[in-house]
Amino acid sequence: MASDTGASYGSTLRYKSVERIKAVGKHSLIGASGEFSDFQEILRYLDELTLSDHMWDDGNSLGPKEIHSYLTRVMYNRRNKFDPLWNSLVLGGVKKGPKGEEKYLGMVNMIGTHFEENHIATGFGNHLAIPILRAEWHEDMTFEEAVKLVEKCLLVLLYRDRSSINKFQIAKITTEGATIYPPYSLKTYWGFAHFENPAQGAVGSW
Amino acid sequence: MDSAFTASSSAVGEAPTSGEHRMGTTIVGVCYNGGVILGADSRTSTGTIRFLLDLHVLWDVLALPWVDSAWGTGNSVADLGMYVANRASDKITSLTDNVYVCRSGSAADTQVISDYVRYFLHQHTIQLGQPATVKVAANLIRLLAYQNKNMLQAGMIVGGWDKYEGGQIFSVPLGGTILKQSFAIGGSGSSYLYALLDHEWRDGMSQEEAEKFVVKAVSLAMARDGASGGVVRTVTINADGVTKNFYPGNKLPLWHEELEPHNSLLDILAGGSPDPMVQ
Repeated sequence: MASDTGASYGSTLRYKSVERIKAVGKHSLIGASGEFSDFQEILRYLDELTLSDHMWDDGNSLGPKEIHSYLTRVMYNRRNKFDPLWNSLVLGGVKKGPKGEEKYLGMVNMIGTHFEENHIATGFGNHLAIPILRAEWHEDMTFEEAVKLVEKCLLVLLYRDRSSINKFQIAKITTEGATIYPPYSLKTYWGFAHFENPAQGAVGSW
Repeated sequence: MDSAFTASSSAVGEAPTSGEHRMGTTIVGVCYNGGVILGADSRTSTGTIRFLLDLHVLWDVLALPWVDSAWGTGNSVADLGMYVANRASDKITSLTDNVYVCRSGSAADTQVISDYVRYFLHQHTIQLGQPATVKVAANLIRLLAYQNKNMLQAGMIVGGWDKYEGGQIFSVPLGGTILKQSFAIGGSGSSYLYALLDHEWRDGMSQEEAEKFVVKAVSLAMARDGASGGVVRTVTINADGVTKNFYPGNKLPLWHEELEPHNSLLDILAGGSPDPMVQ
């Protein structure tokens, strides 16, 4: 799962080092876009949930499917009260089930729409990243292939989404647990001849 | 921190001296190598931009924004003339002996929030048996700000020192987000400071450097932001306690196109320069 680390206030990029992907329990990752205060509140709800799950002390722990279901109920019920939590949430994880290691990836948004899919994106990612992912995702990708694919999407979003910034975080979740890598930046490419002198053929054009 | 379209409590035709008080403000909080320094300007203004009910009036107002006749139309109009209700207010308020908060936005909202949190922290300190931590204070502010987000306009910076984590700064902006930062800026004047901070901020400054930096930042914002002005107040919190400083408006550095103040033109003329345009 990848995100940039920016949080804007209108058109001002107000906070430049914000973690938008967090681990939930032992088996899941949650990533959010939208209102940051609501995301912080959702993390508190998830803390309560995972804590009481742990206190059962029954050898069981909530997996990504269960967390996604819980979040869906929370989001949809708030929507029905006309007081939504203004977020798009991406929930991913791995848990050992009866059929072996079961991977899960899904999303839920502020109006309660939720689904499970092999590739998820929020905001501009729906328009720019999903087409790339639909073309190039396949089963049984390695970690390296997945990172390269996700970085391809992040770069396009950096070029074309006005609110994105060049500081990213990638997180992975496996049966061994969650790893959230430190923030890093990508190189951008500006070397097109047309970029250097766009008005050459037609003075005044752009 | 004013938002563009807010209903004002005063009626049309009333003098601009009444009405909701807001702190178009500049507030700053920085961590240095021994604690934190909080800084703020001192201007509290009244008068807000109100809902525009009549498009015809709107056109008139946009064409002639400062004409008095706009007051008499009988419809809500854009704001005319903000009055400085208090030119020396203290926007850095104590929550406990070791934690202070910078307030921006609605003066009433931030006063009430600080009062509640001071009350909660007082009880918490009694029960805990030792000074409250900065994190707890900041989270109480967050609780009120988040749970009442639809009704409040309060942007706050909480800063203090405790024995566990030393000096800390927490930003609690409009929606009730809480973010721990090594420096924080807020209020309408903060727009003018993002570039300054990006350019000149360094971690681990000394107390003297940090104090100078805070005063510089607030006074630069005051120079450009109409809603900020007056004096610069700073509060330094560290292991040794709290120190408050006061920098009156006439003692602040002069920036671009600002001139040395004089008692009268006559003094300048008496000074011997024959050309009145010489500066």
